[in-house]
Amino acid sequence: MFTIASKRVLNEQTTQMEIEAPLIAEKALPGQFIIFRIDEKGERVPLTIADTNVEKGTATIIFQAVGKSTACLAAMNEGDALLDFVGPLGTPTHLDGFKRVAVLGGGLGTAIAYPQAKYLHTHGCEVHSIVGFRNKELIILEDEVRAVSDQVFVMTDDGSNGNQGFVTAALEEQIKKGVEYDMVIAIGPLPMMRAVCNLTKPYAIKTIISMNSIMIDGTGMCGGCRLIVDGKVKFACVDGPDFDGHLVDFDAAMKRNAMYRNFEAKSLENHKCRLEGMNNA
Amino acid sequence: MPNMTPDKTKMPEQKPTVRNKNFLEVALGYSKQDAMNEAQRCLNCKNRPCVSGCPVNVQIPDFIARVAEGDFEGAYEIIKQTNALPAVCGRVCPQESQCEKYCVRGIKGESVGIGRLERFVADYHMANAKDVQKKVVENGKKVAVVGSGPASLTCAGDLRKKGYDVTVFEAFHTAGGVLMYGIPQFRLPKEIVQYEIKSLTDMGVKIELNSVIGRLFTLDDLKKQGFDAVFIGTGAGLPNFMNIEGEQLNGVYSANEFLTRINLMKAYKFPEYDTPVFVGESVAVVGGGNVAMDAARCAKRLGAKNVYIVYRRSREEMPARAEEVHHAEEEGIKFYLLNNPTRIIGDENGWVRSMECVKMELGEPDASGRRRPQTVKGSEFELEVDTVVIAIGQSPNPLIKDTTSGLETNARGCIVAQDETGATSIENVYAGGDAVTGAATVILAMGAGKKAAAAIDKKLSE
Repeated sequence: MFTIASKRVLNEQTTQMEIEAPLIAEKALPGQFIIFRIDEKGERVPLTIADTNVEKGTATIIFQAVGKSTACLAAMNEGDALLDFVGPLGTPTHLDGFKRVAVLGGGLGTAIAYPQAKYLHTHGCEVHSIVGFRNKELIILEDEVRAVSDQVFVMTDDGSNGNQGFVTAALEEQIKKGVEYDMVIAIGPLPMMRAVCNLTKPYAIKTIISMNSIMIDGTGMCGGCRLIVDGKVKFACVDGPDFDGHLVDFDAAMKRNAMYRNFEAKSLENHKCRLEGMNNA
Repeated sequence: MPNMTPDKTKMPEQKPTVRNKNFLEVALGYSKQDAMNEAQRCLNCKNRPCVSGCPVNVQIPDFIARVAEGDFEGAYEIIKQTNALPAVCGRVCPQESQCEKYCVRGIKGESVGIGRLERFVADYHMANAKDVQKKVVENGKKVAVVGSGPASLTCAGDLRKKGYDVTVFEAFHTAGGVLMYGIPQFRLPKEIVQYEIKSLTDMGVKIELNSVIGRLFTLDDLKKQGFDAVFIGTGAGLPNFMNIEGEQLNGVYSANEFLTRINLMKAYKFPEYDTPVFVGESVAVVGGGNVAMDAARCAKRLGAKNVYIVYRRSREEMPARAEEVHHAEEEGIKFYLLNNPTRIIGDENGWVRSMECVKMELGEPDASGRRRPQTVKGSEFELEVDTVVIAIGQSPNPLIKDTTSGLETNARGCIVAQDETGATSIENVYAGGDAVTGAATVILAMGAGKKAAAAIDKKLSE
């Protein structure tokens, strides 16, 4: 069992948890992920590791309650335990040897981009963080991001924080101003990552994205997470989750991610969390 | 006086029209009387050809003699001496190409139902007897076993009996490997697999779940943790695709994914269990092995109206067991033999709409000795399906190879290991099962686990 060491509600959709998993905390590198399963009947759900604390022996996850499993997880509290928590999975992001990197996070993607920014910052790279949210209520991790960045742009779709626009607009402005980036890391919803890639391609700026694909085992066994990169089949769980965004077939990836939409809705509708049921009993 | 009936005692089974709607076991097992009748068909030959056909060397005539006398526990003890997983082997071993192939009774009539008897004995023991643990004398040496499928479990059990401190590392949340994720409930109930695993943990084998070797620990880490030897039994878990147009479409599964969702994650009980699986009205399963039969029979049970096996060679070349093909046919699976998929066609939303196939004919024998299938020009046709399961084989997972320097593998990604010992290119690292051979059978993997255990014991006792 893997105990929830701490829980912090970041906004009404988003929750941060530190999970006691000392072995994973020791090994995890930016870009890697875990798979959790709440209980015996639960599904295996992948989440990127947002941070680790070796002293406390914890791995941090940040997630939105979008389906049944994440809704149930969000309903759990400090001291509760997950049945399974496996990792670190995936190939770590290659982050060494860069001078100036723009790290873009879209919504929850900010949580996944944060460990990359942190690693780059502590390894002497200049970090420009550009993070975007629908409105100011949904802004997460602003202090954390500021602490590891040389420049920060927090954008909102509706301008409610006084800074209206998509992350691509802020990045474009920087590029047009003549700021030179060795690399752009863009993590967020598929349309956002595609937009960033479309922007950076003409400038030939290496752009890394992180795929959040449907998967079961996370070790290359099921092939459910396959996507097309540069015309070849790749598995997000072992070849990624990071890929060169200029080579990814986004259209196919977007269709695949919708595969279980009907099932997900049914699962969420039909079932109250078993855990919630237990707590209420 | 032996029972000279030429035919095997019939195995009671669920009716095809009933069983193709449930996930309960197809074969129901012998009664005591059935078992004793069948056991009396054994001639107890002096030269014991059946034993030579068994990769784990079960003393077949001895255990059958006990069954004939009604001493079922005595029979169990004999099997258990050399076979860590009798209830599994009695169900999924291809006896017709192993022990039973060499049975003298098979010359005129049917061979003795050795597999059925093994299953009966194991089931009788599970239902009626308690395992008495023989005390293991610790020898103070530690062995790590990577993976928890049949090769690993056999290796772990044999080493534990000899006093080794054995830890099994499993990537999934449940031990058993392909026995849990691959073979369906109706052929191998998962409760039985867990019973066999429990008898190993009762003996003192430790199992660490959720531990992906290559990520959480490398082989070097394991050495640093004080393991004197490592056995790699990680199986063949990497699904092969056909590399044809349309394999990215929604509704296309690798057999691994399809079966793992159903067997390990219990998607057949969705929404009681959270993991879904999509099975449309018409399902094409590509391939002709046991995995293809399993996938097709699962699809039928999950309500598909039409389930097709699409295989590029003819029935004779099918690698699946005859019994599995027969069961599949009885359950209403249709066979498109000598047909090969050329592309999968999708609708505007990215879902499978149909699969284009081309007819094949057999030419001259190829390297495998089977006649090479060649396309019949202009014979393309569209098979209307909304689900495609690709069951054309698996390769070994590269995770350990990629994170271990000096571990030699071949062009197919299989770990290079000596036949007789399982020794790899790294000292004190052994390997066996599908990780070495590519996808094969449970019993061959068990045989490899057994040999490696003996070799590890020999090496560490030097």
